[in-house]
Amino acid sequence: MTPNAVNWSLAIPEIGLALSGLLILVIGVLQKRGEGFFSCATLTIAAFIGCGFLVALSPDGVAYAGTFVNDSFARFMKELALVGGLLATVVTVGYQGEARGTHAPLPFETPILMLFSTLGAMIMASSGNLMTLFVGLELSSLSIYILCALERDNVRSSEAGLKYFVLGSLASGLLLYGMSLIYGYAGTMDYAGLLTAIGSEESPPLGLMVGIVFVVVGLCFKLSAVPFHMWTPDVYQGAPTPVTAYMASAPKFAAFALFLRVMTGPFGTMAPRWQILVEVVSLLSMVYGALAAIPQTDIKRLMAYSSIGHMGYAMMGLASASAAGVRATLIYLAAYLVMNAGVFAVIATMQRKGHEVTTIADLAGLGRREPGLAAALAIFMFSMIGVPPLAGFFGKFMVFAAAWQSHLYALVAIGALSSIVGAYYYLRIVKVLYFEESAEAFDPPATTLLFVTGGMSAATVLFILALGPLMTVAQHAAQALVG
Amino acid sequence: MTSAIAPIGLMPYLVVSAAMLVLGVFGIFLNRKNVIIILMSMELILLAANLNFVAFSSAHGDLSGQVMVLFVLTIAAAEAAIGLAIVTVYFRNRGSIQVEDATMMKG
Repeated sequence: MTPNAVNWSLAIPEIGLALSGLLILVIGVLQKRGEGFFSCATLTIAAFIGCGFLVALSPDGVAYAGTFVNDSFARFMKELALVGGLLATVVTVGYQGEARGTHAPLPFETPILMLFSTLGAMIMASSGNLMTLFVGLELSSLSIYILCALERDNVRSSEAGLKYFVLGSLASGLLLYGMSLIYGYAGTMDYAGLLTAIGSEESPPLGLMVGIVFVVVGLCFKLSAVPFHMWTPDVYQGAPTPVTAYMASAPKFAAFALFLRVMTGPFGTMAPRWQILVEVVSLLSMVYGALAAIPQTDIKRLMAYSSIGHMGYAMMGLASASAAGVRATLIYLAAYLVMNAGVFAVIATMQRKGHEVTTIADLAGLGRREPGLAAALAIFMFSMIGVPPLAGFFGKFMVFAAAWQSHLYALVAIGALSSIVGAYYYLRIVKVLYFEESAEAFDPPATTLLFVTGGMSAATVLFILALGPLMTVAQHAAQALVG
Repeated sequence: MTSAIAPIGLMPYLVVSAAMLVLGVFGIFLNRKNVIIILMSMELILLAANLNFVAFSSAHGDLSGQVMVLFVLTIAAAEAAIGLAIVTVYFRNRGSIQVEDATMMKG
């Protein structure tokens, strides 16, 4: 096979998802005003599931003259992104089902935009060239800018959209500038070409270093890692709950996919130089995520700080710059996906007379009002702390083990400490759920949300059963990347 | 190989593009007035990167940099459209597009 072969059949999952997205958009437009939501959402869910099967069946290889790579790592990240998008769409359906009060329902474009954003995430996971990286990243980000501002009559939602748009495009701009410097050094944008150009360099020139730092900054921003986290709390709080649920899943996995691929691929030979950078970002994220969450009173804002912390732990795997570290990060992300979708499904049920309520005080006494929901939320909180044998424990244990093997003892110690500090605010929610005077009751929860909550709490508890096969798949994925 | 930028070399292009980047970044952070100015600054950053791509593409005699610029221009147009739409929605809700008014949520 020639290296310049188009080989488009490798991209069938992406092509299929893009075409079905356009088709669903047409179907939505053709229906009467305000009636297209449920048919569009159902079709989107079907498209996600179909695309998941296509991804699982897609072969290894390189397409479009090296700009598109499909390997076991890309498949793993694509499946994570698709499951994240799927769960967020189901949460959207449940949230919409309850929105019969005064607050405006979400438009039918919501699931379709999630679909396009997930498509961008898949392209990012498969990128073999800086061009594919940027186009995928922008497709994913531009859809999320719109999603944030979707509640058009809500000033908080539009403020969240505005803030995310301004800071997000600044990060994209810096990333692009960094890419231009790297291109100027290497004269190519292919990862393979970059690796050969950089690989032999003893003392890399300043321009290349600045370029790499800019790319790291841009990706850290998308991951909401400290010190590029400032948009996260405001945007998580202001955006509609299903959109927040989406933002905390698929785009994070895609940014991690890019981060892992770029750092271990073209810049792999410079690992000793960027390792310290990733260590510092990981450490700051863990500590800041744990400390800044303590005084929060809004549950969505609290989850924003919690996600900052979790990204720090997941980054610890990358900081160890080894195959074991990459595998640990992948397991961590899988566990995070499960817990996070569950928490946001519970948050989406927090409505009174069709109005969203999001303060932690509103959860008081949920253990007596809705024992099932409260038990599920408590399970997710314990899992986020890292209590064995729940999902979060395995993720944390593996990243700590990988960092320990790479002799990053200080990072492991501070990670363990911030994990203990973080336990305080997670346990506080459990205390509010069970040991406080009952607050006013919520609207009866939608069946779809109960379904997601139940499913995810089962997945969190039974994660240990899936751990064996998951480890095998993650091991293959890590080996495809690091070798 | 004869390069199109041979008469003045690569350096002036890089200096201009670095100046545009710095202007853009300062335009976003120092500006306390209007959101539209932020949109303009963002275009400036993207154009700085574009100038770099074109200059390097010419210096290396490699076309992929210029292809990239075409992609970036398209994306920048989409981004500006979305940005202006968000600003319009924000103005309808808040009655102002002053940067210092965007403080409903903080902490």
